[in-house]
Amino acid sequence: MNMPFYVAPEQVMKDRADYARKGIARGRSLVGFRFDNGVAICAENTSSTLRKVSEIYDRIAFAGVGKYNEFDQLRIAGVRHADMKGYSFSREDVDAQSLANQYAQSLGQIFTHEMKPMEVEILVAEIGHADDGSGDQLFHILYDGTVIDEEMSVVLGGETEAIAERLGTFEQPPTLADGLRQAVAALAGPERTLTADALEVAVLERGDHRRTFRRLDDPEITELLA
Amino acid sequence: MNLPLFRVQDDPGPDFNRLLASSRVAPSPIDGALDPHDYRHGTTCVAIRFADGVLLAGDRRATSGNLISHRTLEKVFPADRHSGVAIAGAAGPAIEMVKLFQLQLEHYEKVEGTALSLEGKANQLSQMIRGNLPMAMQGLVVVPIFAGFDLTRGEGRLYEFDVTGGRYEEADHASTGSGGLHASTVVKLGYRQGMDVGDVTELAVEALFEAADEDSATGGPDPIRGIYPIVATITADGYTRISDDDLAAHTQALIARRQGN
Repeated sequence: MNMPFYVAPEQVMKDRADYARKGIARGRSLVGFRFDNGVAICAENTSSTLRKVSEIYDRIAFAGVGKYNEFDQLRIAGVRHADMKGYSFSREDVDAQSLANQYAQSLGQIFTHEMKPMEVEILVAEIGHADDGSGDQLFHILYDGTVIDEEMSVVLGGETEAIAERLGTFEQPPTLADGLRQAVAALAGPERTLTADALEVAVLERGDHRRTFRRLDDPEITELLA
Repeated sequence: MNLPLFRVQDDPGPDFNRLLASSRVAPSPIDGALDPHDYRHGTTCVAIRFADGVLLAGDRRATSGNLISHRTLEKVFPADRHSGVAIAGAAGPAIEMVKLFQLQLEHYEKVEGTALSLEGKANQLSQMIRGNLPMAMQGLVVVPIFAGFDLTRGEGRLYEFDVTGGRYEEADHASTGSGGLHASTVVKLGYRQGMDVGDVTELAVEALFEAADEDSATGGPDPIRGIYPIVATITADGYTRISDDDLAAHTQALIARRQGN
């Protein structure tokens, strides 16, 4: 009978984490931040069809980096979870925190039990009902199921430290135009400039509409960056 | 509630009904018919095409047998941004059907990233009515009208249905419910091509008024309680409900005309 080689659990976990991190670092990054009237997510993405940022529910948005098919599978699962919950209970009972926990459970489970971890990092953003933005939430979920509740802004993807350093910290939620300029500059770095056609921007915006998710088109992004 | 992740071969796709079916057991079939006194019944709705799109209107009465059970029932609903649905029949299953239909359209849009075509939406509703056929055989009939603005053609379109899920596109107007026959006669006589929103609202208010005059299950305007029909337009700008103040003015004008002033 052949005995499998013994590999220390620490080594297994480290290998898996390295594998996932490598996959995530290959893609382009994104920045999510709170602004004075909601939450904005700005991703570097040249494709106008393969989205990184999308709508989950009335006040909840999703963004993912890493392997497209994997985070898209998570996005659809999130839409299903939210729609099922809203159907069974009520629309106001659907919240980002429970969704973030569900994502964390699934990602954690896959990380420890499956052959291959998911090479993704996701963001679940929600805007609250308070005008001052006190109910706004940014949940950052890693490939191994770690959940981080971010205060003002978050960077997902590769080179996050460099981008986060360039982005700095917001004391107060900025206006959309200010925040977006800063986010785009942080994503681009000193050597590049990013224009609207290389960006995907969407917001959750407080207002009269039930569905608060809105994509910004290229002319609008250009105008905000001017 | 856990995260609904599926194996590729079990994936329900953008269909919310299939997703729902995968997560719950189907209700057992019912034997025998219900007494009409035991459930609420909603009645007359009309849809009329006009210059900018299409209008949907419905009265507010619900009946249980010979009794009036509700005076402010809403039978006209937005289905999504550019379409709406008006219902007649057993109120409980009808409102549930609308709720599922709205959710289905939004779910599809979110999962696929694009909205269904107007034809696709009508087809979805058709399948839901067909799915209700066993309930309809027991007396819980639901017969809606579907209307919307077709963004690719740039015009309003409307569909009538029958209880088997049959879907019939109408050119200019449609009606449903117990007072629908009377309402559609009024619409037929007053209809002109390319009416503006004021004229078409006037026609819809008059059609429901006449239906209420002839059919006991249709409620007329009620100025004492301030209850007026629900009237909504669907144009390129989306679904807009016409305010009660406007409908009160149309009703006053109608009464004045009848009194010969």
